Amino acid sequence: MLSLLTQRLQTGCLILLALGLLVGCAEQQSNVERGNTNQELYIGIGTEPSGLDPQLTTGLTEYSVMTALLEGLTTLDAETMQVRPGVAQYWDISEDGLTYTFYFNPNARWSNGDPVTAADFLFSFERILTPLLGAPYAYMLYPMRGAEAFNRGKLTDFSQVGARAVDAATLIIELEAPTPYFLSLLAHNTWWPVHPPSILKHGAMTDRISKWTKAGNYVGNGPFTLKRWRLNSEIHAVKNPYYRAIENVQLNGLHFLPIEPQAEERSFRAGHLHITSTVPIHRIEWYRANQPEHMRFDTSLGVYYYMLNTSHGAFKDPRVRKALAYSINREEITKHVLKAGQQPAYHFTPPNAGGYNAEVRLPHDPELARQLLAEAGFPAGKDFPTFELLYNTSESHRTIAVAIQQMWKTELGIDIELHNQEWKAYLSTRESGEFDILRAAWFGDYDDPNTFLSLGQTDNGNNHSQWSNPVYDQLILDAAIEQNPAARMALFQQAEAILLDEMPFIPIYFYVTSRLIDPAVQGWYPSILDNHPYQAIALED
Amino acid sequence: MIKQQRESAANSVASKSLGGDAWDRLKRNRMAQIGGTIFVCITLLCLIGPSLSSYSFDEQNLAYGAQPPSSAHWLGTDDLGRDLFLRILTGGRISIGVGFAATLIALIIGVSYGALAGYIGGKTEAAMMRFVDAVYALPFTMIVIILTVTFDKKSIFLIFMAIGAVEWLTMARIVRGQTRALRKQTYVDAALVIGSSHSRILFKHILPNLIGPVIVYTTLTIPAVILLESILSFLGLGVQPPASSWGILINDGAQKLDIYPWMLIFPALFFSLTIFALNFIGDGVRDALDPKESK
Amino acid sequence: MLSLIARRLLQSIPTLWVVATATFLLLRLAPGGPFDDEKPIPPEIKAQIEAHYGLDLPLYQQYFQFFGNLLKGDLGPSYKYPGWDVQEIIIQAFPVSLELGCWALLTSLALGIPIGTLAALKHNKPAETNLMAIAMIGICLPSFVIGPILLMTFSLQLGWFNPLGWSYAGDRVLPAITLGLLYAAYIARLARSGMLDVMRNDYIRTARAKGLKERTVVMRHALRTSLYPVVAYMGPAAAGLISGSFVVETIFFIPGMGPFFVNAALNRDYTMVMGTVLFYATLIILFNLLVDIVQMWMNPRTRND
Repeated sequence: MLSLLTQRLQTGCLILLALGLLVGCAEQQSNVERGNTNQELYIGIGTEPSGLDPQLTTGLTEYSVMTALLEGLTTLDAETMQVRPGVAQYWDISEDGLTYTFYFNPNARWSNGDPVTAADFLFSFERILTPLLGAPYAYMLYPMRGAEAFNRGKLTDFSQVGARAVDAATLIIELEAPTPYFLSLLAHNTWWPVHPPSILKHGAMTDRISKWTKAGNYVGNGPFTLKRWRLNSEIHAVKNPYYRAIENVQLNGLHFLPIEPQAEERSFRAGHLHITSTVPIHRIEWYRANQPEHMRFDTSLGVYYYMLNTSHGAFKDPRVRKALAYSINREEITKHVLKAGQQPAYHFTPPNAGGYNAEVRLPHDPELARQLLAEAGFPAGKDFPTFELLYNTSESHRTIAVAIQQMWKTELGIDIELHNQEWKAYLSTRESGEFDILRAAWFGDYDDPNTFLSLGQTDNGNNHSQWSNPVYDQLILDAAIEQNPAARMALFQQAEAILLDEMPFIPIYFYVTSRLIDPAVQGWYPSILDNHPYQAIALED
Repeated sequence: MIKQQRESAANSVASKSLGGDAWDRLKRNRMAQIGGTIFVCITLLCLIGPSLSSYSFDEQNLAYGAQPPSSAHWLGTDDLGRDLFLRILTGGRISIGVGFAATLIALIIGVSYGALAGYIGGKTEAAMMRFVDAVYALPFTMIVIILTVTFDKKSIFLIFMAIGAVEWLTMARIVRGQTRALRKQTYVDAALVIGSSHSRILFKHILPNLIGPVIVYTTLTIPAVILLESILSFLGLGVQPPASSWGILINDGAQKLDIYPWMLIFPALFFSLTIFALNFIGDGVRDALDPKESK
Repeated sequence: MLSLIARRLLQSIPTLWVVATATFLLLRLAPGGPFDDEKPIPPEIKAQIEAHYGLDLPLYQQYFQFFGNLLKGDLGPSYKYPGWDVQEIIIQAFPVSLELGCWALLTSLALGIPIGTLAALKHNKPAETNLMAIAMIGICLPSFVIGPILLMTFSLQLGWFNPLGWSYAGDRVLPAITLGLLYAAYIARLARSGMLDVMRNDYIRTARAKGLKERTVVMRHALRTSLYPVVAYMGPAAAGLISGSFVVETIFFIPGMGPFFVNAALNRDYTMVMGTVLFYATLIILFNLLVDIVQMWMNPRTRND
């Protein structure tokens, strides 16, 4: 027996020894330390990007990586969000606001040395607008004359579309109607150029399944180039020597790490990341108390809302919808549930959308809510049919839903059921329209109220509420062609008033992006579109 | 060989008192006693406790989120100010319930399948086990997604059907392996020589000898089921809020361990004690039923 | 033996075919498709996208197309990650999961067998209860609890290990322990019950009666047979470990198969699911075969079947 034990002890000691050796092999220097010395930024992006093709992707994650690799005609200033030159050094705008002429920077080059030409942009526009490609965001180019017709297949000759190259370094774009936000629209990835020879080397122009985005094949005109891409591990980009303003770029490299939020926070604490993509809600208090200098909250152009199916039972009555909206205590949610300085939303369009601030408000008035509910035929919630609130699986959505469920029960006396579905199932349900209420969110693609208020239009693809108001539709259409900025904003105000009066969408709060940022990072400014150009960033050693 | 024949004869004669014997042995096993007591206490607490509490399990008090234990809330509160003690007890109902139900399903299907396969042998056994291999290779997530959607019932019943439908496979494999070995034992040959029928052999000789490993595996399956259920909830397919289960509470608590330790410690304590208890019970039963126990 | 192996491999082909077909159908049954997105796509555009992947063809044609490609050794492109082939992804991710699985398996054996065996030898003494209690940690605390506990203690507080990643040798330690503890618990219990069964056998009494040292008795006679249930467990254990534990790989940010496997299902990435399922199925079949062979070698009575 004793000899058996001895043998066991021997094995145990060996194991401990081996462990000791491995421990010794732990990294001596953290990523942050190393990065600060070498000017390499380690940034968390929260999830693996689904692609790096600017004409095929729609998400913020993908944008945050692509913005290092590509650049459009214009860019947005890191601090002020003003339009700045990009590939285009300067531009002319015609009197009627319909024709833009862009003059390219002669230093604008692709990462393989080729100059960026107007023809490259024409190729890119044609690519995204060709129906065969199936670009989900092709409609971002619709302000351009003929783009919609071409994309819908009504026009087959691309030369008829309103874009042409005067010479290799001059591009003219003609618009359907004067679009005041057009220059900032150009900073969106759908308007970015792709390198035609690279695309064609790996397939036809409209091939979706192509290897051109892989490391080694990727050619871009941004400040960095794609060096290495390993799924679920890392995207590594290094300085692009051919970038037009290379002297302004201080970082040598970027490491994008798709770590999920809980693990991401831990890795930040261990000095593994400079910047995270978010802060888990339950950590916010702790950071506020212990390391407030690491936490950054920026208001974001996004609204969190509940979409009502206005064709279902009790929801047909706007009084019911308003009762639901007025009885929610948004302060309690933003203060005690979300805790990151989110703003309660008493109107639909987030503040400061291109200078627009909604004037109309919805009240927090449980008494009025009860009254409305009674008028609608359900005094104290009696006989109110049970309905289901759907949200996609997520801790914060659940917490908010549970809180609101409780509020409706206490204030209105109605019972609702909560249901969560994983993402794809949720999207499918949403599209089918088979829901009572569902949680939704919208982030502005560009800095203008139109991106939000157009959601209420009858034919808008994201409007699953079955709500349709012709007066509202007309207001939005009018605003699209209105030249006078003040008049245009007035039209939006009217539309917003209608939206709140009929309440197909119940706004809950306006988003705030929360991140943990290492103090060594310089040049990361607040941006409501979450646009943080990497050219502006430097690391303090 | 002769001894074993006597033994099997003795077994069939003494079959009536075998249960009594086993029960005596079980009662004398101290660890099993302790385990049994703990488990019964926890189960009773989960069944009755909630009705005695002054709180309701979904009663939020947002201003009092994440409070450590106090006289008002004995085990503290969760993020939304809900009493943690109560959440643990109601969560226990679900976790223990799912654990038993799914394991029962797995047990019934797995043991019958595996014993039959191992006993029959030959091509049938091969085919049966190939089927097990085939089903085992299907992705668990997909099966559960399909099931929850196809039947469109967001009920707990569906969850433990889905889990049971997956757990029986390992049970079948192990049972089949054991049956195969047992089948070749000489006393089985002896019984055949005597003229016993196959079903008699199965029930009198094979199955009793399976009980040891099966019980061990059963007591291991219950916690595995409880864990599986928590992973399902994590994917959005399990228990729906505002209800909770131990898996959810533990998962939540683990993330907050360094800032709100009570949110992990207490649910984990209940969970671990229950598992410990179930295992000691299982051990005790196994030792009690073991016919070769010479005490 | 060779003919048995050959037979089993041949038998596995229809199994794989059944698995592939069942998965193919199940995938189509689930709601939502690969190209539904938060900012929804106009139906004509979605139709275009689906056409690229051949999803507009009638089901039976898609089915034949898939199998045709499969026979040519082509698993297709991933739907979720255009530009990446399913094969590419598996080839990159699998070795990581394999390595993690091996380390975890070794850990679980190194912990489970000694504890279980020792516990059996100290049957009905307090040491047995203590040992089994230690072993039980793996079951009582799931990996998504053990992982963070180990992380917070050994990585964040003490700084001995990195909190995540797979680039350094030391990165293997915490994930392997987290993943392996669960299986160590099972193995300890099976080893214990196996050893208890064996120790009661007559031939053990004979060996003792012959005057052999207890250690010889255990190591030479009892151990091999007592490990029989452990070996039986190796099949499901190894397959489970190596298919990549989603939870451990997520917590420690390890680029293995686990996240791909689960996310493919959640993303309705049809080709990725098919690829990983077939891969997983082949692995399991091979493992089960291996386990059966080892079982037969250990217990001659089950041979010649």
